Amino acid sequence: METIGKSIIRKEALDKVTGTAKYTSDHLSLPMLHAKMVISPYAHANITHIDLSEAWKIPGVRAILAGEKFPLTGEEIRDRPPIAYDKVRYCGEVVAVIVADSPAIAKRASSLIKVNYEPLPVVNSPNQAYENNAPVVHENIDSYERIKNVYPEVNTNIANRTKIRKGDMELGWQRTEIVVEADFSFSPSDHAAMETRCVIAEIREDETVVITSSSQSPFMIKKLLHVYFHIDIGKIVVNVPLVGGAYGGKASVQLELIAYLASKAVHGRKVKILNSREEDLITSPVHIGLDATIKLGCSRDGVLQAAEILYLFDGGAYSDKAVDISRAGAVDCTGPYRINNIQCDALCMYTNHPYAAPFRGFGHSEVMFVFERTMDMLAKKLKMDPIELRLINAIKPGDTTPTQLAVNKSNVGNVSECILKLKKIMNWDEGSIKQVSNTKVRSKGICCTWKNSTIDPDASSGVTLTFNPDGSINIISGVVEIGTGTKSVLAQMLAEKLKMDVRQIYVQMEVNTKSTPDHWKTVSSRGSFMAGRALLNAADDIIRQLKDLTACILRCSKVDLEVGLGKVYLKDTPDIFLNIKDICYGYMYPNGNAIGGQIIGRGTYIQRRVTYLDPETGAGNPGPEWTVAAQGIELEFDLLDYTYNVIRAATVVDVGKVLNEKTALGQIIGGMSMGISFAGRETFQFDQAGRILNPQLRTYRPLRYGEHPKYEVEFVETPVIDGPYGARSAGEHGLIGMPAALANSLSAAAEVDLNQLPLIPELIWKTKEGAVDDSL
Amino acid sequence: MSLSEGMKHQFYLNVNQEERSVVISPSDILLSVLREQLGLTGSKPGCYNGDCGACTIDINGTPIKSCLMLAIEAIDKNITTIEGLKDTPIQKSFVEHFAFQCGYCTPGFIMNCNALIQKHPNASDEVIEEWLESNICRCTGYKEIEEAVKSVLHSNK
Repeated sequence: METIGKSIIRKEALDKVTGTAKYTSDHLSLPMLHAKMVISPYAHANITHIDLSEAWKIPGVRAILAGEKFPLTGEEIRDRPPIAYDKVRYCGEVVAVIVADSPAIAKRASSLIKVNYEPLPVVNSPNQAYENNAPVVHENIDSYERIKNVYPEVNTNIANRTKIRKGDMELGWQRTEIVVEADFSFSPSDHAAMETRCVIAEIREDETVVITSSSQSPFMIKKLLHVYFHIDIGKIVVNVPLVGGAYGGKASVQLELIAYLASKAVHGRKVKILNSREEDLITSPVHIGLDATIKLGCSRDGVLQAAEILYLFDGGAYSDKAVDISRAGAVDCTGPYRINNIQCDALCMYTNHPYAAPFRGFGHSEVMFVFERTMDMLAKKLKMDPIELRLINAIKPGDTTPTQLAVNKSNVGNVSECILKLKKIMNWDEGSIKQVSNTKVRSKGICCTWKNSTIDPDASSGVTLTFNPDGSINIISGVVEIGTGTKSVLAQMLAEKLKMDVRQIYVQMEVNTKSTPDHWKTVSSRGSFMAGRALLNAADDIIRQLKDLTACILRCSKVDLEVGLGKVYLKDTPDIFLNIKDICYGYMYPNGNAIGGQIIGRGTYIQRRVTYLDPETGAGNPGPEWTVAAQGIELEFDLLDYTYNVIRAATVVDVGKVLNEKTALGQIIGGMSMGISFAGRETFQFDQAGRILNPQLRTYRPLRYGEHPKYEVEFVETPVIDGPYGARSAGEHGLIGMPAALANSLSAAAEVDLNQLPLIPELIWKTKEGAVDDSL
Repeated sequence: MSLSEGMKHQFYLNVNQEERSVVISPSDILLSVLREQLGLTGSKPGCYNGDCGACTIDINGTPIKSCLMLAIEAIDKNITTIEGLKDTPIQKSFVEHFAFQCGYCTPGFIMNCNALIQKHPNASDEVIEEWLESNICRCTGYKEIEEAVKSVLHSNK
């Protein structure tokens, strides 16, 4: 391969290091109005009165949206008013929106809006939401419109239940000789992308709605604006420039709806809304929390026999994407193992917490934390090496997944090889725990992970290729450049396919839903896979057109022709050729006659044979393939004060094929960093009333420079047969196992089962010494 | 963002070695003036309270978070923004080491690294850490940033 696998420099590199890269908020134009939100300080309350009179007195206020009933929104269940009506259901929920001449005026006016609340009992965790006498967050779930295959349970806080019923539980428990049971829990946290969400909306005279947004889902914005507000879909145009970090958080459609309503309130004038950091953390959707209960059994030889699992996902106040996240948690409810008897209920629970967006890993880091921590507990009880236990059970061709799909060499990566390589990197044979001084131990912990995608069965992607007169090519794809470098990887694929210099390929970084082919959403690590397949189809389309034209001009059969190196040439006589640059805009004969015209390639890809899940058993095919990984953490733990340093973090991941080495390493390492940060320190702190105490980056504190461990990454390459060049997804997989690996390592060091997150010294102290924090 | 719409006056700021005229009120923060009046959008807002470092610029050789500085405080000072850096070793190094992904924190990191390289050409690991912990990058694991800055520092030796 000439181009695939090489660390080709990214196409937007120069823009990004010179400050010329443009993000949504960098689009400045005058005159533009500015919107500011008023958010709820309560987690659950009736709105009894809103007084706008003082706010209206500020000169420059153009509109105030409050107390108005807008259509309900939500991607699977339409349960969410875009601006609260009568009631608030989470701390941070939008109660009013001011539109004014400047951000300063809008902010000043927003502080003068007086809202009276009547607090209601708060549902502060999924476990509480699941109790029989819990307050109900949504009284009339049944009245909400919803899409197919969503199953809310009336008079409860259950927005959806996904059931996995595989094998025979009775038989499984009969064969079980060793069993462990455990409970897990962690609160919601956040993506905390460096670019806070921003939207600019306007409605033109001809009723065209133009949205510019920092979003992963431009085509979903277009669809949902149509569904919610009955705007002709052809009159909705969504622009997405570069996006400053997303991690799933910008896949949800929320701020766009508010911006649209704000523009509508000022007769379509252009309105910009930029989240403050505080709003971006709690008002916009967050990273889901989870409470879980698990019972896992094996025979004495370590063979897993039965798993019974209850996942209560903290969907928060509105279900939006949380239904789907909980479904994904059911699909891969265990680690990547052969387990013949599984019963899992994955519930999306309503609580009075901020509602959930997808978060890198889409439910998987959450359930892998539960399952892989339990695997270590089982290994301990069995007195078996945790690596050995995983090797014995690693899923292989011929086994079936929890959704009863048969595994073959292509659709699931090689788990055993990942484990064996990790064992070597971690120097596992030297021992997993070692006292290094009177007060410190060094400890290692590992885990295995897997992830498929659970995006819509008919999710698709399209690519257009256009030629420039010099034979260079422009790639136009609906993938959003959120930082993953996918569009540059597409350029590499095209260079490989057409045997051309990657510098002769240009990439349109921005997405415009009017001129860019649809790409479902830039989520689920499916950009390279889906857009890659579409791109290769588009390249074939170009090749076909080039050959057709050349066959005519050179008077030969098109099957005798080959395309590459900027030429179309005869296979057996390569010195008979035409330069692509001389025909890509049509060919002119000496007398002036012309044929052809600009060559435009088009290609699409739609997922193949993906199904909905059976409502009773969960059986079905969730997506194209599983990427698998084995991950480890080595840390130094202080036995006196329970502090620790993560010394190194390792990942062995089966990516099918490395398309760009440094880009792939960046994705894996970046994921690991985010996973260590999530597991080790990140959480929203809720008080008893469900209010969030730390909505700022100084109190919600992600990993910083110098706090990072040494990263070690190795790739396994088991190709997925229908992937572009055999490549599997890789964007999320560095993150997924970090919580479990960190928890396993720390549990071994502290000699106590640590089954909550984040893993801060205080938690270790509480768990180890049974201490209680009653400060709240 | 300017929090008041108070009296505005014309001033000159020395930005990227050019004298630029701005009309500002005393409460205007430097970040907003750079972005909204001068169109220098390379400096990014991320928190408006100094937590994230995405708005870091260079004032007389010292990296400063421009969301924490009033524009009037910058009068008579040499302001350098990311747009003022051309073909510097640190920019080249960021590209070669893949030290950015989404790119949003990148201008702030580069401004901070560039000032570090000028002030401490032989910076120890501790000094690098002390300087760079003021910026947050959410995409990379900081490994590539570490490699990028160290490769420039070590080439100075």
